[in-house]
Amino acid sequence: MTRNLIGWLQAAPLALVLMGFLVAPIIMIVIVSFWGSTEYSIYPAFQFDNYSYLFASSVVWRVFGATFKYAAIVWVLTLGIGFTVAYFLAFHVRSLTWQIALFLLCTIPFWTSNIIRMISWIPFLGRNGIANQTLISWGVIDEPLEWLLYSDFSVILAFVHLYTLFMVVPIFNTMMRIDHSLLEAARDAGATGFQTLVNVIIPLTKPGIMIGTIFVVTLVMGDFITVRFMSGSQRANVGRLISNDIGLLQYPSAAATAVVLLCTVLLVIGILLRFVNIRKEL
Amino acid sequence: MGAGYDLELVNLTKKYGETLAVDRINYHFKPGSYVCILGPSGCGKSSTLRMIAGHESVSDGSIVLDGFDVSHLPPAKRGTAMMFQNYALFPHLSVLDNVAFSLRMKGIDKATRHAKARELLELVDMTAYADRFPAQLSGGQQQRVALARALVTQPKVLLLDEPLSALDPFLRIRMRSELKRLQRELGITFIHVTHGQDEALALGDELVVMNNSVIEQAGPARDVWSAPKTEFVAKFMGGHNVIAVNGTKFALRADDVLLSNSGLSAVVNSVEYQGGHVALTALTESGEEVLSLVPESLFFQSPKNPGDSVMLAWNEGRLHRLQS
Repeated sequence: MTRNLIGWLQAAPLALVLMGFLVAPIIMIVIVSFWGSTEYSIYPAFQFDNYSYLFASSVVWRVFGATFKYAAIVWVLTLGIGFTVAYFLAFHVRSLTWQIALFLLCTIPFWTSNIIRMISWIPFLGRNGIANQTLISWGVIDEPLEWLLYSDFSVILAFVHLYTLFMVVPIFNTMMRIDHSLLEAARDAGATGFQTLVNVIIPLTKPGIMIGTIFVVTLVMGDFITVRFMSGSQRANVGRLISNDIGLLQYPSAAATAVVLLCTVLLVIGILLRFVNIRKEL
Repeated sequence: MGAGYDLELVNLTKKYGETLAVDRINYHFKPGSYVCILGPSGCGKSSTLRMIAGHESVSDGSIVLDGFDVSHLPPAKRGTAMMFQNYALFPHLSVLDNVAFSLRMKGIDKATRHAKARELLELVDMTAYADRFPAQLSGGQQQRVALARALVTQPKVLLLDEPLSALDPFLRIRMRSELKRLQRELGITFIHVTHGQDEALALGDELVVMNNSVIEQAGPARDVWSAPKTEFVAKFMGGHNVIAVNGTKFALRADDVLLSNSGLSAVVNSVEYQGGHVALTALTESGEEVLSLVPESLFFQSPKNPGDSVMLAWNEGRLHRLQS
C-alpha cells in the first residue's frame, strides 16, 4: 500500500507538469475548436461549423496537400543527405577523435538561431544575390534566376538546411552501434559493398532512420515561419493557415485547424511506427 | 566435401606502419588437419588468421591455397570462411536466413538456399531453431549457427578466431568435442586461433606456437608439448620447469620432479590440490621456483605444507635441453 503511494508520489511532479503544460492546453484547444465566431466576437458553443468549413474548403485541402508535399520532399532530401553523412562518419572516418570533430562541425550551424540561418539565405539567393551574380559572371546564365528565392525551391532548401542534422544524429547513433565484425562477416560471405549496405547496414539502421523521420516530418508539418520567410508569403502550409487565423483573432477556426493538423501528424507517426520498432533505440 | 586442401604461408608479413605484427612466417598446413595457432595476446596470431581470411591486407609474402596464390583475393573468392570471435550473426535475420546469407548474396533462389541452409543446420543440430533470431539463442547455440553459416560456402579451410572464448567453461569443453567431430566429418582444414594451451592441446593435430610476430615452434601437439624447443614454449605450454644447469637451460616436466629423501633442497611455496595431482611449487636455495606435479595418492602419504623443507629429485635423462 505505502509502496504504491510512494510510486504515485514519485510520478506526480512530472505528471503534473505534463498535465498542466501539455494535456490541459490541448484539451483547451479542442474545446475552443467547437466554439463559434463572427467577425467581431467569439462565443462558447458546441458546433461543428469550424470543421465543416475546414473540410468543405478546397483551399484548406490544397494547403494540406502542400504541407504533405513539403514534408515528403524534405524527408527524401534530408534522409539522403543525412544517411550519407552518418554513413561517412560512422564507417569511413576511422579515428574517434575525427568522428567527434566532424560531428561537431555538423552542429556549427546550430550555434545561431533558426531565423538567422533562414534569413541568411536571402542575400545569397536574391535576384542580385551571390548565387545569381556568380552564375552570371561564370556565364552559366544570362539573366538572374527568378525561382531561387521566394519559391518552393527556397522553402525546401531552408527546410533541408535546418533539419538535416535531425536526421544525421539518430542515424549516426544507430550506425555507431553496428558491430564492425558484422560488416566483415558480410564481406566474408561474399557480399559486395552495395549488398552489405542494402542487406546489413540499412536494416540495422532502420530505427535511427525512423526516429529521424519523425523529427523531420513533425517539424516540417508544424512549421510556419520558414514557409513565410522563404516564400516571401507566397506559399502556404497548414502552420501559416493557423497563424493567419490567429492574426485575425479567429481562434476557434485556428483551433480546429490545429486539431486536424495534430491528428494528421499523429496518424502519420502511427503509420511509421507500424513499420519499425524503435523501442530498442530508446 | 573433399579430402582437404594444401595451405601454405610463404614469408607472410604484416606491418602496421612501422610495427611488425607478423614477421616473415612460413608454414605448411597439412590437408584436412586441425591446426591450433596459439600464443599470448599481441603475438600476431590473430593478424595471421585475418590475413589468411582476407580481412587484413598482406604486407609481404603470400598465402597459397590449393596451388593458387590467394593473398590478394577478396575473402569470399579464397575458399576460406571465417567464424568470428563474437560470432557476428546478423541480428535482423532469422537463424535460417543467417545461414543462407552468403547464398543469397550469390543470387541463389530462396527454395534452394533455404534447403541448403537447413542441411547445414542439421549438421550442427540446430534445425529446431531455424526461425529464431540470434538474440533468442544462448551462446553455444549462436556458435553453432555461426559455424553453419561459415560452412555453407563449402570452404576449403575454416578459420576460427578464438571461437570458445565467449563460452562458459562447461560449454567450452562440449563445443570442443563438437568442433573436433565436425572437422573429422568434413575433412577440411580447421585453423583455430586461441590463447589457451589446454584448448590447443585438446583440439589440435598440430600446434603453431607464436610469440613476438614469429613462429616459435610448430608441429604435432605431442611433440610441441613434450619437446619444447625454447624457454618461451616450455613456459607457455605449461607443466614444465625451466632449469639452468651450468649455464645451459633445460626443460623439465613437472611430473618428473619427485619429492624424495635426497636431491635439491627447497622450501615449499604453495600447494594446490588439483584432483588427480597435487601441484607443489618450491623455492630452491638458488632462488629458482620449481613446480612438481605429485600424484595425489603419493602426496597424501606424507603431506607437505607451505614452509616445509623438501628434497627435489629427478632423473637426469628427463632433462630436455632448450635451444635458447
